[in-house]
Amino acid sequence: MIFKDSKVAVIDGLRTPFMKAPTGQAQDLKAYDLAREAINNLKHRHPFLEHDCDMVTMGSVIQNASTSNIAREAMIGAGLDLNTPAYSVTMACISANVAITNTATAIQAGAIKTGIAGGVESSSDAPVKISHKLKKTLLQAQKAKGLKGMWQVIKDFKFKSLAPEAPAIAEFSTGLTMGADADQLAAKFNVSRQQQDEFALRSHQNAAAAWEAGVFDDEVCPMPIPPKFEVVKQDDTFYANSSLEKLSQLKPAFVRPHGTITAGNASPITDGAAVSLLMDWDEAKARKLNPQVVIEGFAFSGQNPHGELLLGPAYTMPKLLNEAELKIEDIDVYEIHEAFAGQVLANLAALQDETFCRESLGLDGAFGEIPMEKINTQGGSLSLGHPFGATGSRLLTSATRRLLESKGQYALISACAAGGLGSSILLKKIG
Amino acid sequence: MANFKLTKNKDNKIATVWMDQAGSEVNTLSVKMLDDFSGLLDQIEKDKDIKAAVLISKKDNCFIAGADIKDLMAMEDSKDVENLSREGNQILLRLSRLKKPVIAAINGACLGGGLEVAMACHYRVATTDKKTVFGLPEMKLGLLPGGGGTQRLMRLTNLRYALDALLTGKNIYPYSAKKAGLVDSLVHKEGLYQAAIQVASKPIKRRPKKTSLIDKALNTSFGQNYVLKKARETVMRKTRGNYPAPLKILDCVETGLEHGLEAGLEAEAMGFGALHATPEAKNLIGLFLAMQENKKLKNNNKTENVDELAMIGAGFMGAGITEVSIKNGYDVILKDISFDGLASALKTIWSDFSKMVKKKAMGAVERDRLMSKIKTTTDDNDLNAVDLVIEAVFEDLDLKQNILADIEQRCKKATVFATNTSSLPLADIAAKASNPQNVVGMHYFSPVPKMPLLELIVTDKTSKRARQMATNVGIKQGKTVVVVKDGPGFYTTRVLSALTHEAIKVLHNGAKIEDVDAAMKDWGFPVGPLALMDEVGIDVGAHIARGALGQMFIERGIEQDDTVQKLAEAKLYGRKSGKGFYIYPKKGRKTVNTEIYQYFGGGDRKTISKSDIQNRIGLIFVNECVHCLEEGILFSAKDGDLAAILGLGFPPFTGGPFSYIDATGAQQIVETLNDLEAKHGNRFSPAKLLLKHAKSNQAFVD
Repeated sequence: MIFKDSKVAVIDGLRTPFMKAPTGQAQDLKAYDLAREAINNLKHRHPFLEHDCDMVTMGSVIQNASTSNIAREAMIGAGLDLNTPAYSVTMACISANVAITNTATAIQAGAIKTGIAGGVESSSDAPVKISHKLKKTLLQAQKAKGLKGMWQVIKDFKFKSLAPEAPAIAEFSTGLTMGADADQLAAKFNVSRQQQDEFALRSHQNAAAAWEAGVFDDEVCPMPIPPKFEVVKQDDTFYANSSLEKLSQLKPAFVRPHGTITAGNASPITDGAAVSLLMDWDEAKARKLNPQVVIEGFAFSGQNPHGELLLGPAYTMPKLLNEAELKIEDIDVYEIHEAFAGQVLANLAALQDETFCRESLGLDGAFGEIPMEKINTQGGSLSLGHPFGATGSRLLTSATRRLLESKGQYALISACAAGGLGSSILLKKIG
Repeated sequence: MANFKLTKNKDNKIATVWMDQAGSEVNTLSVKMLDDFSGLLDQIEKDKDIKAAVLISKKDNCFIAGADIKDLMAMEDSKDVENLSREGNQILLRLSRLKKPVIAAINGACLGGGLEVAMACHYRVATTDKKTVFGLPEMKLGLLPGGGGTQRLMRLTNLRYALDALLTGKNIYPYSAKKAGLVDSLVHKEGLYQAAIQVASKPIKRRPKKTSLIDKALNTSFGQNYVLKKARETVMRKTRGNYPAPLKILDCVETGLEHGLEAGLEAEAMGFGALHATPEAKNLIGLFLAMQENKKLKNNNKTENVDELAMIGAGFMGAGITEVSIKNGYDVILKDISFDGLASALKTIWSDFSKMVKKKAMGAVERDRLMSKIKTTTDDNDLNAVDLVIEAVFEDLDLKQNILADIEQRCKKATVFATNTSSLPLADIAAKASNPQNVVGMHYFSPVPKMPLLELIVTDKTSKRARQMATNVGIKQGKTVVVVKDGPGFYTTRVLSALTHEAIKVLHNGAKIEDVDAAMKDWGFPVGPLALMDEVGIDVGAHIARGALGQMFIERGIEQDDTVQKLAEAKLYGRKSGKGFYIYPKKGRKTVNTEIYQYFGGGDRKTISKSDIQNRIGLIFVNECVHCLEEGILFSAKDGDLAAILGLGFPPFTGGPFSYIDATGAQQIVETLNDLEAKHGNRFSPAKLLLKHAKSNQAFVD
């Protein structure tokens, strides 16, 4: 939908450093710790939030059962006023996107004036399940009566069932891992291994250059990590010294031996949290916060998880731009989530594929080519990391910053997600 | 009866006694209250429509907070006090033997006499509320629990548990109380009355107490004797015989064990009266009252209060000041030059809070919310809007002046600047200030969260507002605030320097390190002066000795030899470098560092008599205190007493240096000082004010 005279100002956004998981620097933290750190930093930057925030919305994918409403627990831990309501959303890798659009809709409708929207992911704290067999044995043992009953339970017990089940990033409906899906998708749109490696290299180089240039100084808050309180100041997910040669030597990670997706051209498993401050335009003006950019509208999509799992951007970008009556060239800044280099390139290729655009999107012809120099010029999920629930907020902050830097008028955020879902959000600079 | 209200329920025949002391936030035990209570017992006993009673408080956070201390102080004759205890015990004995069960329903403070009343009841149900706390703190006031406390606690719990509570006066929290058998059951605050009525409506059933094997063994007369003997040894080791109360408590416990409850109660009444007559009790109670008085917020003007303060410098002091600030409701902007410095302060605070989380004295999320009150920053611009800045950077005059200058140009004209220094004269720090009226000194003691004193330093130029704001912050941080005037070393550092200087002199004269420290511990200091130097850091002492203080001392014959400087150069800093006057092994006890004797005339040591050491070190301290009062550094002798005890560990039972002079007699002190001056030089020359008091035989403290 496109908001009529959008009132939804994007005021600020910040995040924790993004850290490799599950054995990285944040391995002892819970999602709660990451999220409260981000919210707390935002609170200290805008002290009025402590008492005058109307809603906190956070996205997350992997849930710790003890903090299933992570938004609420995190904002309590961050010291916000307890009378601030908070809820959590989940929509795979676009969880923060939906947190943002929900908050935007509420502001546009006049339901709230100020909202914190963002997301968090701790892949380090992913729940490890006991096997179904072991669970059954334990439950039976509780009910077993007498030695005989106990023996019956023990008799059926197998040591093998003690092994815990690690979580896998596999589609529930298709059973395929996401990497395998992306590999398939890249092949479908003729994206070569080399193209993917080049795109990945570009992402790492852009991220390194952006860090070097101080682009993230206002966005990424140094994070002291208890109990040692060593300070993490930077994302540890990008490789400044990567090269095509190094990337080309990596073995396929998902489809062996012929696949094209490797650990080098896929986004890393990441811990981190990011939050955005969205406000009613007039409220922001009254608080002298100098609003400049609004959320103009957004679109979501659902596709067949079989074969079109990661084509969300190809579905939502045309939908949203057409609704806004804008063309590709009207957009100055593109921020596209990089789950896999192959997935981004496949989506871009799909938009130039006449058959796909006609048959799947119902357009008259190919949608067109998005110029590479407008895409992810300060790094993307491949290099900056991808904490599933948080990435949408990072995309919003990055797109807003780049839009202001570019002196252009429009920015478009787009992302794919597990389940065959897609999200695009349109930003507009006012004045 | 203003303090009690009895209501009856005709259906269940349960009477409820509501305690609600008129015109007070808390209930206290007073003579009047005991009389009222006696009448109530008559009523409950006689009334056929009452078959059980519930004793409960109407106050929000208090069952009974203890005996009214001022009441006790007002009674001059200790015989009266003894009788009061005896009568009280009679009433409580009657309560405990009442045929109708009385249920104590406890929420909030249940301390001293309050706990004794509760223990005399037939059943105790308490709330799990944070404010609910039990304890028998009488020992801290130089008294003993005179209402059956020495008898009933051990009968409800066990001997070891009871002795620990009696001899430390510590707070006992609900879960521990339940586990030990002090209370019978727990319930949330909201359900207290209902629960008590439920208990009262049925015959009281108790499961037999589970006793551990150890406690079973110790429950024999042999075991009891062993425990008592050990306790006596510990008391003697810790108090060195300077405090009569713990010994009396042990006597009462022993009598009760050997001859039964009533004999024990009689011993208690006698002991209570006897302790009341001791100067130790008077001094300790005086100290307690002075601290209470001091903690009252003097002024609550809006302009003299802040919700937020800025802390510059995230070192150990900065971390400590931040910790007590956020814990007591302040938001803190913590500024340092590096983020790693800030993180180390966060670590210190987080570790302190996490210890409480472990003990269940704080929730983990509560800790996180407290921590979130700290805004860490390396950007000076974040300080622009604050009303109060506390600075705790290195003790470097230029640095402090520069920070002050920066604050003056970036903050409001009214922003108060407090500098945490232990020795740099405030006037020097403020020398270049354009608004010197905004500058105060806040001398915190390390470790800040544990040390009770805040020495507040003012100059002639310091405004009333700045002084008041700093005072209020200190009080809210839980500190006892003593205001002193600017001067070299202010009060505490100056007096402490005189003491350590003399301790070093004694070493130069050939004394043994352990003798010096033992003598002063016998005199009543919690730590010997040399061990204290090790704790503070010998380098810190050396730094102080170099400044204006040293200059002033030299003029008074306290010549500054360079031994301390040499020790510091040799990195003999004390505990932090592992070696000072003592050697601090990673594990195990410290031992005397005999190598250090090379700085004090070699390894051949002689024995200097204990009284010599005590007179030299003790009296140079006391004399220096009088100098401070004479020069107007101290505004009153009472302040001097309080600050010396809380900041420097001056023996509390004496009531402080000035009370000590009053008790010993100024004339006597002057004579000893004169002797010392003849032997050791003019640094012992009595202060003029001391001579004046000796002549007029006038007390320092009224």
